[in-house]
Amino acid sequence: MRKKLHRKDLLGLEDISAEEIELILNTAVSLKEISERPIKKVPTLRGKTIVNLFLEPSTRTSSSFDLAAKRLSADTVTVSSSSSSILKGETLLDTARNLEAMRIDAAVVRHSSAGAAHFLAQRLKASVINAGDGSHEHPTQGLLDMLTIREKLKRLENINVLIVGDIAHSRVARSNIFGLKKMGANVSICAPPTFIPYYIERLGVKIFYNLNEALPHADVINVLRIQLERQGKELFPSIREYKELYRITKDRLQLAKSDVLIMHPGPINRGVELDPDVADGISSVILEQVTNGLAIRMAILYLLITHK
Amino acid sequence: MKTILIKNGRVIDPGSNLDRIADILIVDGVVKEIKKNIVKKPSYEAIDARKKIVTPGFIDMHTHLREPGREDEETILTGTKAACKGGFTSVVCMANTDPPIDDVGIVRLIFRCAEEAGFAKVYPVGAVSKGLKGEELAEIGDLYRAGIVAVSDDGMPVTNSEIMRRALEYTNMFDIPVISHCEDRFLCERGVMNEGYTSTRLGLEGIPSVSEVIMVARNIILAEYTKGRVHIAHVSTAESVNLIRDAKKRKVKVTAETAPHYFTLTDELVESFDTNLRVNPPLRSKEDLSAIVEGLKDGTIDVIATDHAPHTKAEKEVEFDAAPTGMIGLEIALGLILTQLIEKSHLTLPKAISKITLNPSSILKIKGGIIKLGEMADITIFDPEFEWECNPNEFESKSKNTPFKGWKMKGRVEYVIVSGRIVLKDGKIIV
Repeated sequence: MRKKLHRKDLLGLEDISAEEIELILNTAVSLKEISERPIKKVPTLRGKTIVNLFLEPSTRTSSSFDLAAKRLSADTVTVSSSSSSILKGETLLDTARNLEAMRIDAAVVRHSSAGAAHFLAQRLKASVINAGDGSHEHPTQGLLDMLTIREKLKRLENINVLIVGDIAHSRVARSNIFGLKKMGANVSICAPPTFIPYYIERLGVKIFYNLNEALPHADVINVLRIQLERQGKELFPSIREYKELYRITKDRLQLAKSDVLIMHPGPINRGVELDPDVADGISSVILEQVTNGLAIRMAILYLLITHK
Repeated sequence: MKTILIKNGRVIDPGSNLDRIADILIVDGVVKEIKKNIVKKPSYEAIDARKKIVTPGFIDMHTHLREPGREDEETILTGTKAACKGGFTSVVCMANTDPPIDDVGIVRLIFRCAEEAGFAKVYPVGAVSKGLKGEELAEIGDLYRAGIVAVSDDGMPVTNSEIMRRALEYTNMFDIPVISHCEDRFLCERGVMNEGYTSTRLGLEGIPSVSEVIMVARNIILAEYTKGRVHIAHVSTAESVNLIRDAKKRKVKVTAETAPHYFTLTDELVESFDTNLRVNPPLRSKEDLSAIVEGLKDGTIDVIATDHAPHTKAEKEVEFDAAPTGMIGLEIALGLILTQLIEKSHLTLPKAISKITLNPSSILKIKGGIIKLGEMADITIFDPEFEWECNPNEFESKSKNTPFKGWKMKGRVEYVIVSGRIVLKDGKIIV
């Protein structure tokens, strides 16, 4: 098995190999235990500096990356859009150059534009980790979802994963599709046609419009957050109608396998895409996802920074 | 004015059906003789054009010169220098300056700046509507008398069909075309690239091909109804080519152009997130590209125009969806025509040359586009075999926004003669 990631950056799961994914997942498994210790810290990244550049609102991903770095003893700075010079009109290019001048080892970037992490990666010597770029990719989310599934079901190959929600505008969906397909899983998506981008079937996914038809096949249901600001525009008529057609309820789950896993990248709109009794129910692994997210981010930071 | 003798070049002039080795004598700026073995006199400035191609000066019927308003991107001086470097003796500049060309004062300003610059001739396009707002017609008659050669709200599609109808009717009395930027703004509101497999992969908002096609169809229907002349700018989709082809069969007064990037590049390249690839209309699919080439071959697409759209480095060095649309084209158009259309045997040299000389001059009814005895000499001489690598830092254009950096090109423009005056010699601008 390979021990190293021969890359400077983690920009997405589309251009990463199954072997690399395997390495990241296995590294995460071995690092997970650190967070269970009374003293949750190892010196692995002591003296390294990591900047969390969050130019779009985020709680869980930002704190997860921050904690991951701290548990490995790296120094961190978190720059958010509301506190940064971007508000004063500074460009992403200048922000990047200034960070570079401070001799950082890695930059974790969340940005509303697809390609923003690539933009930085092309211009920085430091490692760039994509923490979500527009509707493009969110690779650590894809990895933590795969880690959670593998932990529960002991494999990824031939697992049937169903993703429900606004696929067109979801970076979580893209990273899941790219990653899971590479690991041999079967991926289906379920949404109204206005949420399904053209040619998505070329990524090897099966398309359902009817949730009741999609549910029985699934081993895992990954429920996407519905972006409330899109309602009533042109993509769907109302939250009410979306809830009627696509909300995962306890009743609907009767159609699914009894041991189906319920996942959600958060933050949940309770009662919109997911009913509270399902989110908090026996099938839900949503909080395990969060725990695994920390381990995945520790693994990524460790693999990218120490092997340079 | 010095007498110029061009010796032994292969003269390709589609307008006079000429393709043979000949000499051209230019006296007092006017073409005096075109024949073999004109005897050289010591007072002549002789140009050895052996193994070179001599053609009418190229005409770019779609250029953004940015002056007035965005002189940081391009000026009439730098833009017309860039034109000459690329072999263009005439450029047709679009109305979306700031303020736009919806007032005779701006037309006069442009003519004056072009004359002071002394490089390529500039023919302004007037606005269809006041302020390019698409709400009421600009004073097209006034603009026409001041010298505009067409009207267009390029960059801002005319959404209101009633305005488009009236523009087509009104321009009929001047016999000038309405140049239409075809785009349904509702269908492409948030889009930043072609809608297709690549936009799906990259999570970038798509601009569907139908946003262009719908407007092409509407404008053809309106042109047919009003008997007006519509010229479809920068055709980028297969279905647009089909619609234009059918309309021409029905004798609708429609003409069309495409730009070199639409017969060279496809949307897959956007995966690099290079903002120089962000253009409007967007780079399309392979199938669209093939249809564009077919359209050029069978004459459905009359003209190759650059849609030269300069933007500063600062504007382009941003996130993909934050970048303005457009790429520059004046200095690489010939290189792309030769490598993409001639070398691949899609077009013959005379046919390709007609699309940057005779055809634009006939559509716009402007002088040039032909080498004619007794007419002012606008002539371009290029070496079709000269190989070079695209280096934007060597461009005359003020802006460098091109995705073709590092591309191997063929064909260097050696001499450009504007109104009998040599403005480019041995590939270098004469200051």
